[in-house]
Amino acid sequence: MTEHHKEWTVRSAYTGEDESELLEVLRKGDEAAFARLVTRYSGSLLRIALAYVPNHAAAEEVVQETWLAVLEGIQRFEGRSSFKTWLFKILVNRAKTRGERERRYVEFSSIAGESADSEEPMVDPAQFDHAGRWITQPRSWDEVTPERLLLSKESRALIDQAIASLPAVQRQVITLRDIEGCSSQEVCNILNVSETNQRVLLHRARTKVRRAIESQLGSSLIDG
Amino acid sequence: MDKDFRQTVMAYLAGKLTCRQVAEAITDYLDGSLSFWQRVRFELHLGMCIGCRNYLRQMKKTIQLLGTLPPDPIPDHIRDELLRRFRTWSHHQKHTGERSEQEWR
Ligand SMILES: [Zn+2]
Repeated sequence: MTEHHKEWTVRSAYTGEDESELLEVLRKGDEAAFARLVTRYSGSLLRIALAYVPNHAAAEEVVQETWLAVLEGIQRFEGRSSFKTWLFKILVNRAKTRGERERRYVEFSSIAGESADSEEPMVDPAQFDHAGRWITQPRSWDEVTPERLLLSKESRALIDQAIASLPAVQRQVITLRDIEGCSSQEVCNILNVSETNQRVLLHRARTKVRRAIESQLGSSLIDG
Repeated sequence: MDKDFRQTVMAYLAGKLTCRQVAEAITDYLDGSLSFWQRVRFELHLGMCIGCRNYLRQMKKTIQLLGTLPPDPIPDHIRDELLRRFRTWSHHQKHTGERSEQEWR
């Protein structure tokens, strides 16, 4: 089993059965419970925060603030949503505020094309002829496994780069949906967007990441 | 049903969607948000178009791949700082209850 695969298994255990118990002891002041939650979720929080703020230092501060807000609010958390949704929501609210503040000082790259109703096409129009048919038929990726692709540092960097260069809102949606594995309803709840908008943004983001992978496959894995 | 007739109907229905429209609708399809007839047309098109079938698989693989990206671990100094704050917090919890929520920060 590869390193990545292990990570993945750990991450899939997120919604873990033990979580309500963990929260129960956390309320009573159990440090180990807090440490476990911090370990379990901080990497995800950091990744989501980076979709809002322009640098790592700011993202780390937002994550820290989020955990402090969790401690402040944990006695009132009623479990109406999952802990994960609640936690991500706190983070997003803080990251948004922080991002807006930073943007006054930093030229933030990707403001254009952010909303779902912008003119941006849903696919790359250059792939289709006037009748909407493929100009070049998409090929089979059956040889590609995630493990194989991620084993190469270049591929990993290229995918990270593709995600980082998405317009901010697209990056937020794809990070929550596909990378963190939230459901569509959870994402709408966390980001406060409609399901339709969410799907449009997600689709555009996925289309671009697919294209980045395709170009990477073209250049290396075919002969590797 | 007559086999030729069925093929004609299928070709007609599938012909109503272009490859571009199929490519545009993939997230809707995967999320189950297409209407019944949209889904039928989508699947008929897939049945007859290898390019779109491959494209759909590429998109699924992209999503699968995104789901395996491991997060960077949180830096140790942040973790330590959080645990330190936690001790102050739980100390306050035990001694003052919820009344002085803000003070521990
Ligand atoms: Zn097609």
